[in-house]
Amino acid sequence: MSAPAFTRGFDIESQDYERAGEASASIKQALRQLGIGADILRRVSVVAYEAEMNLVIHSLGGQLSIRVDPEGIVLTAEDRGPGISDIESAMRAGFSTADDRARDMGFGAGMGLPNMRRNADEFLIESRPGVGTRLEARFHLG
Amino acid sequence: MPARYHSVTLNKELCRGCSDCLMHCPTQAIRVREGRAHIIGELCIDCGACIRYCSYHAKVALTDELSAIRAYKYRVALPAPSFFAQFDRRAHSVGQILDALKALGFDEVFEVAQGADVVTRALRDLLKERDRPRPLISSACPAVTRLIQIRFPSLIDSIVPLRQPMEVAAAMARKQFCARHGVSPEEVGLFFITPCPAKMTAIKSPLGHESSSANGAISIREVYKAMQPLLPQHRHSQTTTAATPLGLGWALNGGESEAALCVGSLAVDGIDNVIHVLEEMENGRLSDLDFLEAAACPGGCVGGPLVFGNSFIARNTMRAILRDLPHSDPEDVAPAWPLSPSQLLNERAILPNTALALDEDVSAALRRMQQMRGILSRLPGHDCGACGSPSCAAFAEDVARGYCRELDCVYRLKESLEEKARERE
Repeated sequence: MSAPAFTRGFDIESQDYERAGEASASIKQALRQLGIGADILRRVSVVAYEAEMNLVIHSLGGQLSIRVDPEGIVLTAEDRGPGISDIESAMRAGFSTADDRARDMGFGAGMGLPNMRRNADEFLIESRPGVGTRLEARFHLG
Repeated sequence: MPARYHSVTLNKELCRGCSDCLMHCPTQAIRVREGRAHIIGELCIDCGACIRYCSYHAKVALTDELSAIRAYKYRVALPAPSFFAQFDRRAHSVGQILDALKALGFDEVFEVAQGADVVTRALRDLLKERDRPRPLISSACPAVTRLIQIRFPSLIDSIVPLRQPMEVAAAMARKQFCARHGVSPEEVGLFFITPCPAKMTAIKSPLGHESSSANGAISIREVYKAMQPLLPQHRHSQTTTAATPLGLGWALNGGESEAALCVGSLAVDGIDNVIHVLEEMENGRLSDLDFLEAAACPGGCVGGPLVFGNSFIARNTMRAILRDLPHSDPEDVAPAWPLSPSQLLNERAILPNTALALDEDVSAALRRMQQMRGILSRLPGHDCGACGSPSCAAFAEDVARGYCRELDCVYRLKESLEEKARERE
């Protein structure tokens, strides 16, 4: 009998600082229950949190989802815009378009995307200005 | 290997099976079954939160009785720095407290704050090492270390690999006593005067090293009570503390960072607050810090579950004691203790505790997770605790693990009865 995959999706509202971090906390809790090892758990935590905060701070809202099967973990963040016009710049450390409010809260250092790429085994990002951004981080198990 | 040792335990006669402890346990280690609380040993971190919240005093800490010291020919008391904060400062000097403690039947008193002085020095050196993870997490609170093992295994490597001041003080005290009196080490009983059950567990079942240098722990409360008639006899004591104010300051949360001269530090106290901060750290949000001081109890050790005084008053008392002491630095006193590195550093790795995993095998865990989520979707989500599990999610997990049945949920039972009644109509 093959194991069923674990999937969960979280709707993330733009500027919802009230709930920010709850989705990544739920994801972490599930990973602990699934017995995911410490190193992968830490890396997924960092990426999930960054992705969730990106959705809150930069996007017009979207979804953060996770899928776990015995082969690996896929974390996906998909939003409804505004899209990133210059992905290359956005992937560079120190680049940020965060507003003052986010910066006041300690975000916007421009480490988000590079940090996510560094922590994932595979990292994909695609974006269309005016449409939205989709990023996918994969982590290999076993 | 017997079941994991725990100081925190249940007095069955006193337990009424209510949900006070259930709802306050930070690791969800308690279940109420058949009208009594049960502690899940794999999950309990001995923080003592349940001791604080139990209205019926059914949650207790196993510590040694004062009479246990009589098993040894020679006895040394190791008072925690927080011990001194229990007494009315206007009435009792530190010297008077030390003398009255000794008069309980000890041959010598050796302050754990002296151990803290030595650990402070080692910690200062460690914080200068650039290849260490950042921030380093204090190893002083054993409940926090156990919390990290269970809930934040990815942060284990960030724990300072130094032993707790209590361990270091015990090693120092034994060495000093044996050298001074020419007796053999096993004749000397070393008893920590403890503010918390976690330290008792740390003695009986240490993390990071094979066995403890201390022989037992007696609660501050018990010692405090026994000392009352002795205090007046030592009113004119000339004794003074052998530790520095910085070593004694470890009693307060933030004191360790201050002693270590660490500017880039954060001090958090209270087990729920500690969990929130560790979550942030796991998310990579604390990477600008050098040191994280985390204490399970409010205010630090002065707020331990086995102390006598109110933690806020004790905090204030401690600050006043420290203010009145002449300035001295651990660098000045610590070199007098030529301890080998093995007496300061952990000798074994602290391992993750996988008790939260539904199964060690990911495929099996995924199957159980699916089952659990199916059950959870049928539960009301009120987290009422009537089933004896701390939340609907924990109950769903308990059912999936086979520890209880879905109809142990009163809402599910009611639904099922209503369904049966409808069928009959």
